[in-house]
Amino acid sequence: MQPTVVPPLSPLLSVRALTFRWPRAPHDVIDIEALDLRPAEMLFVRGPSGCGKSTLLSLLAGVLTATSGEVSLLGQDWRTLSTARRDQRRADHVGYIFQQFNLLPYLSVLDNVLLPTRFSAQRAGRASERGRKPGQSAQALLEELQLGAAFWKRAASELSVGQQQRVAAARALIGRPELVIADEPTSALDEALREAFMELLLRACAAAGSALVFVSHDARLAERFERQVDLPTLNHRAGAAAELQAA
Amino acid sequence: MKALFTIAVQSAWNRRFVLSLVVLSIALSAFLLLGIERIRVDVRENFATSVSGTDLIVGARTGAVQLLLYSVFHIGSASNNIKWSSAQALARNPAVAWTVPISLGDSHRSFSVVATTRTFFEHFRYGDRQAVQLAQGHPFEGVFDAVLGSEVARRLRYESGDRLVLSHGDGVLTSNDHADKPFTVVGVLQPTGTPVDRSVFIGLDGMEAIHIDWIAGAPMPGLAVPADQVTNYDLNPRSITALLVGLKSRAAVFSVQRAVAEFEGEPLMAVLPGVALDELWDVVGIGERGLLAMSALVSLVSLAGLVAVILTGLNERRRELAILRAVGAGPRQVLVLLAIEGALITACGVLLGALAQMVAIVLLRGWMQAHFGIALQARPPSTNEFLLLAAVLIAGWLASLLPGFRAYRLSISDGLSPRI
Repeated sequence: MQPTVVPPLSPLLSVRALTFRWPRAPHDVIDIEALDLRPAEMLFVRGPSGCGKSTLLSLLAGVLTATSGEVSLLGQDWRTLSTARRDQRRADHVGYIFQQFNLLPYLSVLDNVLLPTRFSAQRAGRASERGRKPGQSAQALLEELQLGAAFWKRAASELSVGQQQRVAAARALIGRPELVIADEPTSALDEALREAFMELLLRACAAAGSALVFVSHDARLAERFERQVDLPTLNHRAGAAAELQAA
Repeated sequence: MKALFTIAVQSAWNRRFVLSLVVLSIALSAFLLLGIERIRVDVRENFATSVSGTDLIVGARTGAVQLLLYSVFHIGSASNNIKWSSAQALARNPAVAWTVPISLGDSHRSFSVVATTRTFFEHFRYGDRQAVQLAQGHPFEGVFDAVLGSEVARRLRYESGDRLVLSHGDGVLTSNDHADKPFTVVGVLQPTGTPVDRSVFIGLDGMEAIHIDWIAGAPMPGLAVPADQVTNYDLNPRSITALLVGLKSRAAVFSVQRAVAEFEGEPLMAVLPGVALDELWDVVGIGERGLLAMSALVSLVSLAGLVAVILTGLNERRRELAILRAVGAGPRQVLVLLAIEGALITACGVLLGALAQMVAIVLLRGWMQAHFGIALQARPPSTNEFLLLAAVLIAGWLASLLPGFRAYRLSISDGLSPRI
């Protein structure tokens, strides 16, 4: 893996001397010297299970805060913000895609996509740019992810896993957040679906101008990304995390 | 907030089958609370409106409540009678404006027979000082004339001119019928919503006449007096059950009451209807509070059910909470979401209960009137009922904070990756 170079633009996301330890745990699970992400950059983070992946993503998204060191989004350290401010900032700037079960089963596809605009005025505002209604932006995104009008009113629970993941991608991208975090979004997909999903996700992120942090244990996906890091190498405490998970 | 509300509604709708059971149990408790409150108020209303404008009720010495109950509501029976001479002496008291004698003891098809004089139609008042009005016919004149309360006429389909036979006592033994001396209906009263509706009114002379050949509560063998010959006898009453007294000035009420208590001819007592009613409520109030406490307990149980159902469901909803966190909802909003859900469920239950109460009143009022003589009214909830509903609502909302806090803590500890 290439060493982290100082990016020319001011970083979107910046990690400095980050450590994290669960309350009452004997060891740190995360110990990362530095990691930067430029705006609109596509970063692949490779990591087998148990190297602190989920913990790192929670730290990047501001759900967890660093035990020491700094994780900054758009120049703002998460740790300096109150819980409520962090929630608001995440709603405004971060889209998140889970491995699976991304959708609220009782909402329609369209309402699922529109969820972030209900919690963030900023994203609602961006989804309404160029005289469009948020609903129209959501429809455009779904079209872009090859989910036509026939799907929009359906209950999320009626979709296949592959379709659900594309709806999740549309939701992460609505209102063009600066950062999209994807936590193994393809692990539940078979190979053909996986390729198609990667293609669509990367294209949609590029179109929205969102940076992407994509975590997967599957190294074959790495080549699609302009930059790759290896989490066990990056995280000096990857072993400890694995121990903890095994315990 | 609006977004959370929509999500809460849709999420709850998604689990509607389980939640509807909780709604039903809350509805039941609201129904119980409202029903008991409504019956309590309407029963009191019924009692309070049954006698009005009567300053004192005079009878043989007994409890004030007992005197009121048998003289006005025909519940229970008198322990002793008043001599007619005593009643006449009282009527001559300068402070007394009018008296209405009442003699009870007979019945017709389980409706009580009230023997009185025509002064009843002039002076008796109910409700808001309303006089009883005749719907048809005229007050009794002849010895065997009877005037019916509206419900007696309606239920037994009697009209003016119909003949009826009175029974001695409660009419259980047919041998006690006064079959030899039938009465003729000469008038029917308009509905009053009081015991008057369920009474048959005859003259004191009629009462005397049917018992002329009776001694000690049974017909005297060999001494049957035919109906057409009773006028040959002295039909002045020898005793009555109670005397309703109206005063010229209310200010004299206590002095007249004292005069009655000190009456030398026989031991008598006089009660103020309002005071006796208050005494009655003191007794009844214990039972009412018991019922209210019972239904409060039912409410408590159904709210415990609410908490239990939401709490149990929470584990299965950790994924849902994580998704909400991921799209920007904070733990506090998760708490609010659960609180909205609890408030919604309670509100649905309370509304359903209130609705059920109204429907039940409309459906059952005829039956209640017929069997218990309680006139329930279909009217919008009273202030008290609103307070009860609000209490259930607030308690339900507070109870839902319990699963709310649990969800709050879950969503903090789970973050974006629920450990299911």
